[in-house]
Amino acid sequence: MPIENIIFYAFLGLTGLSALFILLSKNILYSAFALIATFIGMAGIFVLLGAEFVAITQILVYVGGVLILMVFGIMLTNRLSQAKVETEVYNKFFGILISAGLFYILAKAIEMADFANMGWMKNTPSAPSSVSDLGMKIMTDYVLVFEVIGILLLLALIGAVRIAGNTREEGTDAA
Amino acid sequence: MYAFLFFLNFVLIYTIFAVYAERKISAFIQDRYGPMETGPYGLLQTVADLLKLLQKEDIVPLAADKRIFKVAPLIIFTSVFAGFAVLPLTSDFGGSQIETGIFYLLAIVSLDVIGILMAGWGSNSKYALLGAMRSVAQIISYEIPLGLSVVCVIMVSQSLNLQEIVYQQGIFINAIDPNAQNFLFGIKALGIETTHIGGFLTWNIFRIPFFFLAYLIFFIASLAEANRAPFDIPIAESELVAGFHVEYSGFRWAMIMLSEYGMMLLISFLGAILFWGGWNTPLPNIGSVALADWTSGEPGTVAGHLWGAFWLVSKALLTVGLQIWIRWTYPRLRLDQLMNLSWKYLTPGAIILVLVSALWRLLMI
Repeated sequence: MPIENIIFYAFLGLTGLSALFILLSKNILYSAFALIATFIGMAGIFVLLGAEFVAITQILVYVGGVLILMVFGIMLTNRLSQAKVETEVYNKFFGILISAGLFYILAKAIEMADFANMGWMKNTPSAPSSVSDLGMKIMTDYVLVFEVIGILLLLALIGAVRIAGNTREEGTDAA
Repeated sequence: MYAFLFFLNFVLIYTIFAVYAERKISAFIQDRYGPMETGPYGLLQTVADLLKLLQKEDIVPLAADKRIFKVAPLIIFTSVFAGFAVLPLTSDFGGSQIETGIFYLLAIVSLDVIGILMAGWGSNSKYALLGAMRSVAQIISYEIPLGLSVVCVIMVSQSLNLQEIVYQQGIFINAIDPNAQNFLFGIKALGIETTHIGGFLTWNIFRIPFFFLAYLIFFIASLAEANRAPFDIPIAESELVAGFHVEYSGFRWAMIMLSEYGMMLLISFLGAILFWGGWNTPLPNIGSVALADWTSGEPGTVAGHLWGAFWLVSKALLTVGLQIWIRWTYPRLRLDQLMNLSWKYLTPGAIILVLVSALWRLLMI
Protein backbone atom coordinates (compact mmCIF):
# COMPACT_ATOMS: atom_id res chain seq x y z
CA MET A 1 0.00 0.00 0.00
CA PRO A 2 1.47 3.37 -0.95
CA ILE A 3 2.36 5.73 1.88
CA GLU A 4 -0.28 8.28 0.77
CA ASN A 5 -3.03 5.73 1.33
CA ILE A 6 -1.74 4.88 4.80
CA ILE A 7 -1.70 8.57 5.72
CA PHE A 8 -5.16 9.03 4.22
CA TYR A 9 -6.62 6.18 6.29
CA ALA A 10 -4.87 7.51 9.39
CA PHE A 11 -6.56 10.91 8.95
CA LEU A 12 -9.83 9.19 8.12
CA GLY A 13 -9.58 7.16 11.32
CA LEU A 14 -8.74 10.27 13.35
CA THR A 15 -11.75 12.12 11.94
CA GLY A 16 -14.16 9.22 12.42
CA LEU A 17 -13.06 8.18 15.88
CA SER A 18 -12.97 11.72 17.26
CA ALA A 19 -16.42 12.44 15.79
CA LEU A 20 -17.70 9.28 17.48
CA PHE A 21 -16.08 10.40 20.72
CA ILE A 22 -17.92 13.76 20.55
CA LEU A 23 -21.19 11.84 20.41
CA LEU A 24 -20.42 9.40 23.19
CA SER A 25 -18.57 11.60 25.69
CA LYS A 26 -20.61 13.20 28.46
CA ASN A 27 -17.95 15.77 29.31
CA ILE A 28 -18.43 18.83 27.10
CA LEU A 29 -14.80 19.88 27.44
CA TYR A 30 -13.59 16.49 26.17
CA SER A 31 -16.05 16.80 23.29
CA ALA A 32 -14.61 20.22 22.40
CA PHE A 33 -11.07 18.83 22.35
CA ALA A 34 -12.26 15.88 20.24
CA LEU A 35 -13.83 18.37 17.82
CA ILE A 36 -10.38 19.93 17.39
CA ALA A 37 -9.03 16.49 16.44
CA THR A 38 -11.91 16.08 13.96
CA PHE A 39 -11.07 19.37 12.25
CA ILE A 40 -7.36 18.54 12.10
CA GLY A 41 -8.18 15.17 10.55
CA MET A 42 -10.39 16.88 7.98
CA ALA A 43 -7.60 19.36 7.22
CA GLY A 44 -5.32 16.38 6.56
CA ILE A 45 -7.86 14.91 4.13
CA PHE A 46 -8.13 18.28 2.37
CA VAL A 47 -4.34 18.32 1.89
CA LEU A 48 -4.41 14.85 0.37
CA LEU A 49 -7.16 16.00 -2.01
CA GLY A 50 -4.89 18.81 -3.23
CA ALA A 51 -6.72 21.62 -1.44
CA GLU A 52 -3.79 22.91 0.59
CA PHE A 53 -5.15 26.42 1.05
CA VAL A 54 -8.53 25.21 2.30
CA ALA A 55 -6.84 22.86 4.77
CA ILE A 56 -4.72 25.61 6.31
CA THR A 57 -7.64 28.04 6.40
CA GLN A 58 -9.61 25.34 8.21
CA ILE A 59 -6.91 25.05 10.88
CA LEU A 60 -6.47 28.82 11.20
CA VAL A 61 -10.16 29.74 11.38
CA TYR A 62 -11.82 26.76 13.06
CA VAL A 63 -9.12 25.30 15.27
CA GLY A 64 -7.11 28.45 15.99
CA GLY A 65 -10.09 30.76 16.37
CA VAL A 66 -13.56 29.34 16.81
CA LEU A 67 -12.73 26.25 18.87
CA ILE A 68 -10.35 28.03 21.21
CA LEU A 69 -13.11 30.52 22.01
CA MET A 70 -15.46 27.59 22.61
CA VAL A 71 -13.04 25.89 24.99
CA PHE A 72 -12.49 29.22 26.72
CA GLY A 73 -16.22 29.64 27.20
CA ILE A 74 -16.70 26.12 28.58
CA MET A 75 -13.79 26.52 30.98
CA LEU A 76 -15.02 29.85 32.33
CA THR A 77 -18.61 28.69 32.90
CA ASN A 78 -17.41 25.44 34.42
CA ARG A 79 -15.22 27.14 37.00
CA LEU A 80 -17.67 29.92 37.83
CA SER A 81 -20.73 27.80 38.54
CA GLN A 82 -18.74 25.10 40.38
CA ALA A 83 -20.93 22.47 38.75
CA LYS A 84 -19.68 20.06 36.13
CA VAL A 85 -20.94 20.85 32.65
CA GLU A 86 -22.23 17.59 31.27
CA THR A 87 -24.60 16.53 28.57
CA GLU A 88 -27.33 13.97 28.82
CA VAL A 89 -29.13 11.90 26.23
CA TYR A 90 -32.65 13.00 25.30
CA ASN A 91 -35.13 11.78 22.66
CA LYS A 92 -33.18 8.66 21.75
CA PHE A 93 -35.84 7.21 19.47
CA PHE A 94 -36.50 10.27 17.29
CA GLY A 95 -32.82 11.19 17.28
CA ILE A 96 -31.79 7.84 15.83
CA LEU A 97 -34.72 7.88 13.40
CA ILE A 98 -33.96 11.36 12.03
CA SER A 99 -30.19 10.81 11.74
CA ALA A 100 -30.67 7.43 10.03
CA GLY A 101 -33.12 9.01 7.58
CA LEU A 102 -30.77 11.89 6.87
CA PHE A 103 -27.89 9.46 6.34
CA TYR A 104 -30.00 7.41 3.92
CA ILE A 105 -31.01 10.49 1.88
CA LEU A 106 -27.40 11.76 1.68
CA ALA A 107 -25.96 8.37 0.79
CA LYS A 108 -28.62 7.80 -1.89
CA ALA A 109 -28.14 11.31 -3.33
CA ILE A 110 -24.35 11.00 -3.49
CA GLU A 111 -24.63 7.59 -5.11
CA MET A 112 -27.11 8.83 -7.71
CA ALA A 113 -25.33 12.08 -8.45
CA ASP A 114 -22.34 10.43 -10.16
CA PHE A 115 -19.97 13.33 -9.55
CA ALA A 116 -17.11 11.98 -11.63
CA ASN A 117 -19.08 12.32 -14.89
CA MET A 118 -20.49 15.79 -14.26
CA GLY A 119 -19.65 18.50 -16.77
CA TRP A 120 -17.82 20.85 -14.43
CA MET A 121 -15.71 18.00 -13.05
CA LYS A 122 -14.55 17.02 -16.52
CA ASN A 123 -13.84 20.57 -17.67
CA THR A 124 -11.76 21.53 -14.63
CA PRO A 125 -8.03 21.31 -15.39
CA SER A 126 -6.30 18.90 -13.05
CA ALA A 127 -3.37 21.25 -12.41
CA PRO A 128 -2.55 21.75 -8.73
CA SER A 129 -4.35 24.68 -7.18
CA SER A 130 -2.32 27.85 -7.01
CA VAL A 131 -2.68 30.51 -4.35
CA SER A 132 -2.13 33.39 -6.76
CA ASP A 133 -4.89 32.07 -9.08
CA LEU A 134 -7.20 31.84 -6.09
CA GLY A 135 -6.37 35.42 -5.08
CA MET A 136 -6.98 36.66 -8.63
CA LYS A 137 -10.37 34.94 -8.75
CA ILE A 138 -11.42 36.38 -5.40
CA MET A 139 -10.41 39.91 -6.34
CA THR A 140 -12.04 39.81 -9.82
CA ASP A 141 -14.82 37.26 -10.49
CA TYR A 142 -15.98 36.86 -6.89
CA VAL A 143 -15.21 40.33 -5.55
CA LEU A 144 -18.85 41.06 -4.64
CA VAL A 145 -19.14 37.96 -2.45
CA PHE A 146 -15.79 38.79 -0.90
CA GLU A 147 -16.87 42.32 -0.03
CA VAL A 148 -20.22 41.16 1.38
CA ILE A 149 -18.41 38.70 3.66
CA GLY A 150 -16.12 41.52 4.74
CA ILE A 151 -19.08 43.74 5.66
CA LEU A 152 -20.72 40.84 7.53
CA LEU A 153 -17.56 40.29 9.59
CA LEU A 154 -17.31 44.02 10.32
CA LEU A 155 -20.93 44.03 11.54
CA ALA A 156 -20.22 41.04 13.78
CA LEU A 157 -17.15 42.81 15.17
CA ILE A 158 -19.06 46.01 15.95
CA GLY A 159 -21.89 43.99 17.48
CA ALA A 160 -19.49 42.06 19.70
CA VAL A 161 -17.83 45.25 20.91
CA ARG A 162 -21.23 46.84 21.59
CA ILE A 163 -22.49 43.86 23.61
CA ALA A 164 -19.26 43.31 25.54
CA GLY A 165 -18.43 46.95 26.15
CA ASN A 166 -21.84 48.11 27.40
CA THR A 167 -21.95 46.19 30.67
CA ARG A 168 -19.05 48.02 32.29
CA GLU A 169 -19.41 51.64 33.35
CA GLU A 170 -16.27 53.69 33.05
CA GLY A 171 -15.05 55.32 36.22
CA THR A 172 -16.92 53.19 38.78
CA ASP A 173 -14.85 50.07 38.20
CA ALA A 174 -11.14 50.17 38.74
CA ALA A 175 -9.73 50.62 35.26
CA MET B 1 12.79 13.67 6.01
CA TYR B 2 16.39 14.76 6.54
CA ALA B 3 15.13 18.23 7.45
CA PHE B 4 12.99 16.65 10.19
CA LEU B 5 15.97 14.80 11.68
CA PHE B 6 18.17 17.86 11.38
CA PHE B 7 15.72 20.27 13.03
CA LEU B 8 14.80 17.83 15.82
CA ASN B 9 18.42 17.36 16.84
CA PHE B 10 19.20 21.02 16.30
CA VAL B 11 16.35 22.13 18.57
CA LEU B 12 17.40 19.70 21.33
CA ILE B 13 21.09 20.70 21.28
CA TYR B 14 20.28 24.38 20.84
CA THR B 15 17.94 24.31 23.87
CA ILE B 16 20.66 22.90 26.13
CA PHE B 17 23.03 25.69 25.18
CA ALA B 18 20.35 28.39 25.07
CA VAL B 19 19.45 27.65 28.70
CA TYR B 20 23.15 27.84 29.56
CA ALA B 21 23.48 31.12 27.63
CA GLU B 22 20.40 32.51 29.36
CA ARG B 23 21.90 31.79 32.79
CA LYS B 24 25.34 33.11 31.86
CA ILE B 25 24.08 36.30 30.19
CA SER B 26 21.69 37.04 33.04
CA ALA B 27 24.57 36.50 35.46
CA PHE B 28 26.84 38.92 33.61
CA ILE B 29 24.05 41.53 33.41
CA GLN B 30 23.49 41.20 37.17
CA ASP B 31 27.25 41.16 37.93
CA ARG B 32 27.38 37.49 39.00
CA TYR B 33 29.27 34.48 37.65
CA GLY B 34 26.40 32.11 36.80
CA PRO B 35 27.05 28.35 36.56
CA MET B 36 30.76 27.69 37.23
CA GLU B 37 31.27 24.24 38.78
CA THR B 38 30.06 21.65 36.25
CA GLY B 39 32.57 21.33 33.42
CA PRO B 40 34.72 24.17 32.10
CA TYR B 41 32.94 27.51 32.68
CA GLY B 42 29.91 25.51 33.81
CA LEU B 43 29.27 24.33 30.25
CA LEU B 44 27.86 20.97 31.38
CA GLN B 45 25.43 22.50 33.90
CA THR B 46 22.34 22.20 31.68
CA VAL B 47 23.34 18.70 30.57
CA ALA B 48 23.43 17.70 34.24
CA ASP B 49 20.09 19.46 34.81
CA LEU B 50 18.58 17.58 31.90
CA LEU B 51 19.80 14.21 33.22
CA LYS B 52 18.27 15.08 36.59
CA LEU B 53 14.95 16.05 34.99
CA LEU B 54 14.74 12.80 33.04
CA GLN B 55 15.15 10.74 36.20
CA LYS B 56 12.65 12.70 38.28
CA GLU B 57 9.32 11.23 39.33
CA ASP B 58 6.46 12.15 37.03
CA ILE B 59 4.09 13.78 39.53
CA VAL B 60 0.43 14.13 38.54
CA PRO B 61 -1.66 16.05 41.10
CA LEU B 62 -4.40 13.94 42.68
CA ALA B 63 -7.25 16.31 41.74
CA ALA B 64 -5.94 17.03 38.26
CA ASP B 65 -7.76 15.97 35.11
CA LYS B 66 -5.17 13.29 34.43
CA ARG B 67 -5.67 12.65 30.73
CA ILE B 68 -5.66 16.33 29.78
CA PHE B 69 -2.81 17.09 32.18
CA LYS B 70 -0.57 14.40 30.74
CA VAL B 71 -1.11 15.12 27.06
CA ALA B 72 -0.82 18.94 27.23
CA PRO B 73 3.03 19.29 27.06
CA LEU B 74 3.09 16.98 24.04
CA ILE B 75 0.58 19.14 22.18
CA ILE B 76 2.49 22.34 22.98
CA PHE B 77 5.77 20.90 21.71
CA THR B 78 4.24 19.22 18.65
CA SER B 79 2.56 22.40 17.47
CA VAL B 80 5.72 24.48 17.92
CA PHE B 81 7.90 21.86 16.23
CA ALA B 82 5.45 21.48 13.34
CA GLY B 83 6.30 25.07 12.45
CA PHE B 84 9.83 23.98 11.52
CA ALA B 85 8.40 21.82 8.73
CA VAL B 86 8.46 24.61 6.15
CA LEU B 87 11.69 26.45 7.02
CA PRO B 88 14.30 26.60 4.23
CA LEU B 89 17.73 26.13 5.82
CA THR B 90 19.91 26.56 2.73
CA SER B 91 19.32 27.21 -0.97
CA ASP B 92 18.61 23.52 -1.61
CA PHE B 93 17.88 21.98 1.79
CA GLY B 94 15.13 22.48 4.29
CA GLY B 95 11.56 21.55 5.06
CA SER B 96 8.69 21.22 2.65
CA GLN B 97 8.57 23.99 0.04
CA ILE B 98 4.78 24.17 -0.10
CA GLU B 99 3.22 27.13 -1.83
CA THR B 100 1.44 28.22 1.34
CA GLY B 101 4.52 27.99 3.60
CA ILE B 102 4.18 31.06 5.82
CA PHE B 103 0.40 30.69 6.06
CA TYR B 104 0.81 27.10 7.26
CA LEU B 105 3.45 28.14 9.78
CA LEU B 106 1.30 30.84 11.40
CA ALA B 107 -1.74 28.52 11.48
CA ILE B 108 -0.01 25.48 12.97
CA VAL B 109 1.90 27.45 15.60
CA SER B 110 -1.34 28.97 16.89
CA LEU B 111 -2.33 25.45 18.01
CA ASP B 112 0.00 25.68 21.02
CA VAL B 113 -2.75 27.76 22.63
CA ILE B 114 -4.77 24.54 22.93
CA GLY B 115 -1.91 22.85 24.78
CA ILE B 116 -1.56 25.81 27.14
CA LEU B 117 -5.30 25.82 27.88
CA MET B 118 -5.20 22.06 28.54
CA ALA B 119 -2.22 22.43 30.85
CA GLY B 120 -3.83 25.28 32.77
CA TRP B 121 -7.23 23.67 33.12
CA GLY B 122 -6.05 20.11 33.64
CA SER B 123 -3.79 21.11 36.53
CA ASN B 124 -6.85 22.07 38.61
CA SER B 125 -4.90 24.89 40.23
CA LYS B 126 -5.80 28.58 40.49
CA TYR B 127 -2.30 29.71 39.54
CA ALA B 128 -2.16 27.46 36.51
CA LEU B 129 -5.65 28.45 35.30
CA LEU B 130 -4.96 32.18 35.69
CA GLY B 131 -1.62 31.77 33.95
CA ALA B 132 -3.20 29.90 31.05
CA MET B 133 -5.97 32.50 30.67
CA ARG B 134 -3.45 35.33 30.61
CA SER B 135 -1.20 33.45 28.23
CA VAL B 136 -3.96 32.66 25.75
CA ALA B 137 -5.36 36.21 25.84
CA GLN B 138 -1.87 37.54 25.19
CA ILE B 139 -1.01 35.12 22.39
CA ILE B 140 -4.30 35.69 20.55
CA SER B 141 -3.94 39.50 20.85
CA TYR B 142 -0.37 39.58 19.61
CA GLU B 143 -1.06 37.22 16.72
CA ILE B 144 -2.77 40.14 14.97
CA PRO B 145 0.20 42.57 14.76
CA LEU B 146 2.48 39.58 14.07
CA GLY B 147 0.32 38.42 11.19
CA LEU B 148 -0.03 41.94 9.78
CA SER B 149 3.74 42.53 9.83
CA VAL B 150 4.15 39.24 7.95
CA VAL B 151 1.52 40.43 5.45
CA CYS B 152 3.76 43.48 4.75
CA VAL B 153 6.49 41.12 3.54
CA ILE B 154 4.02 39.04 1.52
CA MET B 155 2.69 42.21 -0.18
CA VAL B 156 6.19 43.00 -1.42
CA SER B 157 7.41 39.49 -2.24
CA GLN B 158 4.10 38.34 -3.83
CA SER B 159 4.60 34.82 -2.52
CA LEU B 160 3.74 32.69 0.50
CA ASN B 161 6.58 30.27 -0.20
CA LEU B 162 9.40 30.90 2.28
CA GLN B 163 12.12 29.59 -0.03
CA GLU B 164 10.96 31.95 -2.78
CA ILE B 165 10.96 34.88 -0.35
CA VAL B 166 14.59 34.09 0.55
CA TYR B 167 15.67 33.72 -3.08
CA GLN B 168 14.30 37.18 -3.85
CA GLN B 169 16.63 38.74 -1.29
CA GLY B 170 19.99 37.75 -2.76
CA ILE B 171 22.24 37.32 -5.77
CA PHE B 172 20.51 34.08 -6.86
CA ILE B 173 17.19 35.83 -7.56
CA ASN B 174 17.43 34.81 -11.24
CA ALA B 175 17.44 31.13 -10.27
CA ILE B 176 13.68 31.29 -9.65
CA ASP B 177 12.74 34.12 -12.02
CA PRO B 178 15.13 34.86 -14.93
CA ASN B 179 13.72 38.36 -15.48
CA ALA B 180 13.65 39.56 -11.87
CA GLN B 181 15.65 42.63 -10.91
CA ASN B 182 16.49 44.29 -7.62
CA PHE B 183 16.97 48.03 -7.23
CA LEU B 184 18.46 50.12 -4.44
CA PHE B 185 15.71 50.68 -1.82
CA GLY B 186 13.45 48.85 -4.27
CA ILE B 187 12.79 52.07 -6.20
CA LYS B 188 13.07 51.41 -9.91
CA ALA B 189 13.13 55.14 -10.73
CA LEU B 190 16.48 55.55 -8.98
CA GLY B 191 17.98 53.31 -11.66
CA ILE B 192 20.65 51.73 -9.44
CA GLU B 193 20.41 47.99 -10.06
CA THR B 194 21.54 45.76 -7.19
CA THR B 195 20.59 42.37 -8.67
CA HIS B 196 24.21 41.25 -8.98
CA ILE B 197 25.57 43.29 -6.06
CA GLY B 198 23.51 41.37 -3.53
CA GLY B 199 24.58 41.31 0.10
CA PHE B 200 22.62 43.31 2.64
CA LEU B 201 21.52 45.72 -0.11
CA THR B 202 18.92 43.23 -1.36
CA TRP B 203 17.64 42.10 2.04
CA ASN B 204 14.03 43.01 2.61
CA ILE B 205 14.94 45.21 5.55
CA PHE B 206 17.22 47.31 3.33
CA ARG B 207 15.38 46.87 0.05
CA ILE B 208 12.26 48.42 1.61
CA PRO B 209 13.66 50.74 4.31
CA PHE B 210 10.46 51.17 6.35
CA PHE B 211 10.46 47.41 6.93
CA PHE B 212 12.63 48.22 9.90
CA LEU B 213 9.44 49.41 11.63
CA ALA B 214 7.65 46.25 10.44
CA TYR B 215 10.45 44.13 11.91
CA LEU B 216 10.19 46.07 15.17
CA ILE B 217 6.49 45.18 15.40
CA PHE B 218 7.26 41.58 14.37
CA PHE B 219 9.96 41.28 17.02
CA ILE B 220 7.86 42.76 19.84
CA ALA B 221 4.91 40.54 18.90
CA SER B 222 7.16 37.49 18.67
CA LEU B 223 8.42 38.09 22.22
CA ALA B 224 4.80 38.07 23.38
CA GLU B 225 4.05 34.92 21.34
CA ALA B 226 6.87 33.08 23.09
CA ASN B 227 5.76 34.40 26.52
CA ARG B 228 9.17 36.00 27.01
CA ALA B 229 9.89 38.98 29.26
CA PRO B 230 8.86 41.82 29.14
CA PHE B 231 5.65 39.99 28.17
CA ASP B 232 5.88 37.19 30.75
CA ILE B 233 2.88 37.97 32.96
CA PRO B 234 1.50 34.47 32.23
CA ILE B 235 4.42 33.04 34.21
CA ALA B 236 4.99 36.01 36.54
CA GLU B 237 6.96 34.36 39.36
CA SER B 238 5.97 36.89 42.00
CA GLU B 239 2.22 36.53 41.37
CA LEU B 240 1.53 33.15 39.82
CA VAL B 241 4.59 31.12 40.92
CA ALA B 242 5.12 29.79 37.38
CA GLY B 243 1.83 30.25 35.56
CA PHE B 244 0.31 27.48 33.48
CA HIS B 245 3.11 24.96 34.12
CA VAL B 246 3.26 25.36 37.90
CA GLU B 247 2.10 21.78 38.60
CA TYR B 248 4.43 20.08 36.14
CA SER B 249 7.64 18.28 37.06
CA GLY B 250 10.30 16.09 35.54
CA PHE B 251 10.10 15.21 31.89
CA ARG B 252 6.81 16.98 31.19
CA TRP B 253 8.20 20.21 32.63
CA ALA B 254 11.31 19.78 30.46
CA MET B 255 9.00 19.40 27.46
CA ILE B 256 7.30 22.74 28.20
CA MET B 257 10.66 24.48 28.57
CA LEU B 258 11.78 22.84 25.31
CA SER B 259 8.78 24.27 23.51
CA GLU B 260 9.41 27.75 24.95
CA TYR B 261 12.97 27.75 23.64
CA GLY B 262 11.85 26.06 20.43
CA MET B 263 9.33 28.86 19.89
CA MET B 264 12.08 31.46 20.40
CA LEU B 265 14.22 29.73 17.79
CA LEU B 266 11.35 29.28 15.31
CA ILE B 267 10.34 32.92 15.50
CA SER B 268 14.00 34.00 15.16
CA PHE B 269 14.39 31.83 12.05
CA LEU B 270 11.20 33.33 10.65
CA GLY B 271 12.35 36.90 11.31
CA ALA B 272 15.70 36.18 9.65
CA ILE B 273 13.99 34.62 6.62
CA LEU B 274 11.37 37.32 6.14
CA PHE B 275 13.44 40.42 6.87
CA TRP B 276 17.16 39.69 7.16
CA GLY B 277 17.78 37.80 3.92
CA GLY B 278 17.47 34.19 5.12
CA TRP B 279 20.49 32.15 4.02
CA ASN B 280 21.87 35.00 1.87
CA THR B 281 25.24 36.50 2.70
CA PRO B 282 25.39 40.03 4.17
CA LEU B 283 28.50 40.94 2.12
CA PRO B 284 27.87 42.68 -1.24
CA ASN B 285 29.85 42.38 -4.48
CA ILE B 286 31.87 45.59 -4.83
CA GLY B 287 33.24 45.82 -8.36
CA SER B 288 35.92 43.15 -8.80
CA VAL B 289 35.91 42.35 -5.07
CA ALA B 290 33.09 39.80 -5.32
CA LEU B 291 32.51 39.31 -1.59
CA ALA B 292 28.96 38.02 -2.11
CA ASP B 293 30.11 35.36 -4.60
CA TRP B 294 32.96 34.28 -2.32
CA THR B 295 30.76 33.94 0.77
CA SER B 296 27.86 32.05 -0.81
CA GLY B 297 28.12 28.90 -2.91
CA GLU B 298 25.94 28.11 -5.93
CA PRO B 299 22.58 26.55 -4.94
CA GLY B 300 22.89 22.78 -4.72
CA THR B 301 26.65 22.59 -4.17
CA VAL B 302 28.33 21.66 -0.87
CA ALA B 303 29.63 25.21 -0.49
CA GLY B 304 26.10 26.52 -1.04
CA HIS B 305 24.77 24.31 1.77
CA LEU B 306 27.53 25.19 4.21
CA TRP B 307 27.49 28.96 3.64
CA GLY B 308 23.66 29.08 3.61
CA ALA B 309 23.30 27.14 6.84
CA PHE B 310 26.08 29.21 8.44
CA TRP B 311 24.46 32.57 7.63
CA LEU B 312 20.89 31.58 8.53
CA VAL B 313 21.83 29.84 11.79
CA SER B 314 24.05 32.77 12.84
CA LYS B 315 21.25 35.24 12.15
CA ALA B 316 18.74 33.15 14.10
CA LEU B 317 21.06 32.62 17.07
CA LEU B 318 21.93 36.33 17.20
CA THR B 319 18.19 37.09 17.43
CA VAL B 320 17.83 34.54 20.23
CA GLY B 321 20.70 36.32 22.00
CA LEU B 322 18.85 39.60 21.58
CA GLN B 323 15.72 38.05 23.12
CA ILE B 324 17.73 36.87 26.13
CA TRP B 325 19.36 40.30 26.49
CA ILE B 326 15.94 42.01 26.44
CA ARG B 327 14.54 39.58 29.00
CA TRP B 328 17.15 40.57 31.57
CA THR B 329 16.99 44.30 30.79
CA TYR B 330 13.33 45.34 30.78
CA PRO B 331 10.74 45.07 33.57
CA ARG B 332 7.50 43.17 33.05
CA LEU B 333 4.48 44.97 31.56
CA ARG B 334 1.21 45.16 33.49
CA LEU B 335 -1.79 43.38 31.93
CA ASP B 336 -3.58 46.56 30.82
CA GLN B 337 -0.34 48.05 29.46
CA LEU B 338 0.20 44.84 27.53
CA MET B 339 -3.23 44.97 25.91
CA ASN B 340 -2.88 48.72 25.24
CA LEU B 341 0.41 48.17 23.44
CA SER B 342 -1.05 45.46 21.22
CA TRP B 343 -4.43 46.98 20.36
CA LYS B 344 -3.75 50.73 20.44
CA TYR B 345 -0.23 50.97 19.04
CA LEU B 346 1.06 47.83 17.31
CA THR B 347 -2.13 46.81 15.45
CA PRO B 348 -2.94 50.26 13.95
CA GLY B 349 0.76 50.74 13.18
CA ALA B 350 0.89 47.40 11.38
CA ILE B 351 -2.24 48.22 9.36
CA ILE B 352 -0.64 51.49 8.18
CA LEU B 353 2.53 49.58 7.27
CA VAL B 354 0.50 47.12 5.16
CA LEU B 355 -0.87 50.10 3.23
CA VAL B 356 2.61 51.59 2.77
CA SER B 357 3.96 48.22 1.53
CA ALA B 358 1.26 48.14 -1.13
CA LEU B 359 2.34 51.62 -2.30
CA TRP B 360 6.03 50.67 -2.16
CA ARG B 361 5.34 47.62 -4.28
CA LEU B 362 4.12 49.99 -7.01
CA LEU B 363 7.53 51.73 -6.98
CA MET B 364 9.28 48.39 -7.44
CA ILE B 365 7.70 47.33 -10.73
